[in-house]
Amino acid sequence: MNDGTLIRKSLFRKKTRAILLILSIMTAFLIFGLLGSFSRVFTGGADSAAADRLVTVNSINFTLSMPYAYYERISAIEGVQSVVHNVWFGGYYQQPTQFIQAFASNIDQYFVVYDELEAREGSLEDTLARRDCVAIGRALADQYDFTLGQRFPLTSNIWQRTDGTFTWEVDVCMIFEAETGPTNYMIIDYEYFNEARSFGRDEIGWMTLRTGNSELNDAVSQRIDTMFANSRAETETTTEAAFNAAFVEQFGNIALIVTLAVGAAFTTILMIVGTTMVMAGNERRRDVAVMKTLGFSAPRIFGHVIGETVLLCLIGGLLGLGLAAGLIFVASEALAGSFPGLAMPTDIVLTSLAIMLAFGVVTGLAPALNAMRLNIVDGLSKD
Amino acid sequence: MTDALYQLTDLSKRYTRGRESITIFSDLTMEIAPKDFISIMGPSGSGKTTLLNLLGGIDRPSSGSVVCDGVRIDNMNQGKLAKWRAANVGFIFQFYNLMPTLNASQNVELPLLLTGLSGKERKRRVQTALEIVKLADRAKHYPRQLSGGQQQRVAIARAIVADPKVLLCDEPTGDLDRATADEILETLQVLNTELGKTIVMVTHDPAAARYAERELHLDKGRFVEQEVMA
Repeated sequence: MNDGTLIRKSLFRKKTRAILLILSIMTAFLIFGLLGSFSRVFTGGADSAAADRLVTVNSINFTLSMPYAYYERISAIEGVQSVVHNVWFGGYYQQPTQFIQAFASNIDQYFVVYDELEAREGSLEDTLARRDCVAIGRALADQYDFTLGQRFPLTSNIWQRTDGTFTWEVDVCMIFEAETGPTNYMIIDYEYFNEARSFGRDEIGWMTLRTGNSELNDAVSQRIDTMFANSRAETETTTEAAFNAAFVEQFGNIALIVTLAVGAAFTTILMIVGTTMVMAGNERRRDVAVMKTLGFSAPRIFGHVIGETVLLCLIGGLLGLGLAAGLIFVASEALAGSFPGLAMPTDIVLTSLAIMLAFGVVTGLAPALNAMRLNIVDGLSKD
Repeated sequence: MTDALYQLTDLSKRYTRGRESITIFSDLTMEIAPKDFISIMGPSGSGKTTLLNLLGGIDRPSSGSVVCDGVRIDNMNQGKLAKWRAANVGFIFQFYNLMPTLNASQNVELPLLLTGLSGKERKRRVQTALEIVKLADRAKHYPRQLSGGQQQRVAIARAIVADPKVLLCDEPTGDLDRATADEILETLQVLNTELGKTIVMVTHDPAAARYAERELHLDKGRFVEQEVMA
């Protein structure tokens, strides 16, 4: 037996109470682990954005298009190294529920602007050789088991073809991966898409460009937006990180929502655990007095009580975090299309551990001080 | 220089309750010899338990001094006093005061956690203490699985396991039937005569007091009668 045994035995003195407290703490850390991980996927776009990458959209709204001619003009602007133009395809696979994130782009330039992408199966040359070739990200390929050379119908829920259908037949000519950033999307050739669509022809949705030097960002943005000022489609050019952040904010302030939800859960649990531990401490006045009588010093008693609350928070917290990690692991495959790269980040785990320890110390402080200060004669008194 | 184990000199104890000051005893002087077995009797409120608390260093006198084995304990700080208690005094309470979450063996081991002994040595001493109180076969039983008399014997084993000089017993048989009480008192007698423990026992029970060598009667903070048993 050692002090650890005493702490553990003391914690489970009333098993039902200890288990209920552990379940409460587990719930708080389950919420924290889940929301923190999902939040990271939402905000991950800003993290994977390159410093010198800019995005040009219609200044009214990024869902409104711009003339294709803008692409040619922006390519010629001083400071612009490379540009890719994109149209949101709004695709699905066999059923409308099988959502596919697809962009119609000039594929050759896509892999110049996004130079972190690497062809792992097939090649860019193969993809550019035929207009019905598409490049597919690894996460998307895994989601629907797409393989190199596979031909499949890609249906749009936005764009109708001139023949009245909504489907483009495409071949998988490249599967790409990225060290950082999502790969849950595919790129279809703009020309192949554009020539068949029945409306919006020769229009583009947005452009992504690189300056090669982030210090040029402001000047290039200004040149672009000035160039199209007072035109029928004025532009707004921002950094990719700012664009991604603005995109996420459409859904609400995710960080604030997570902070409020987690804060409410933790505050509630803090009060419940704190109050319960004070009550538990009062019930154990006699035990504490006996231990002091036997010669246990006040600091050692203080350590025991703090140790008990820290142990309680660690058990509950690790169970909650473990459960969250398990759920995320199970869900990550099914949600790969909507939430690419869904996983529990290391910093969430480390933050959780820090919160568990802080929680244990804070909730144990009052009962530990009471125990430390307890007068032996008062503790042994019969009432 | 005296041979006494305890020397209590001009001891006073007062409590303040609101505006009222209550004197438990004043100017009490007494000595306790090594290997003595003393019973202290007296009506409720006479100061028996307070005296025991002062002897055990879990309470402080309002004035006067308490010296044990040449060491003055009434002015020690809490940290030193805790170490002194662990090394010198074993306590036995009326309601046993065992830890409900620990089994008999773990309860007995508790004071040894303060000694720095190895786990093996602690185990050996716990076994010996339980054998002395004839409870070695109940080592893994929890307090709730033991009778009152057995629990008190575990408490005695806990009190002697660190080999203290003094055992302070506060109504050790107050919660037990006659036959069990006699067993406990015989055990205390053996600890006194064979292991040389100095025992100070507070009791209301005249039959229990007769197991001691010396019987003191305390009333209103003064010893009013002293009887040496045959």
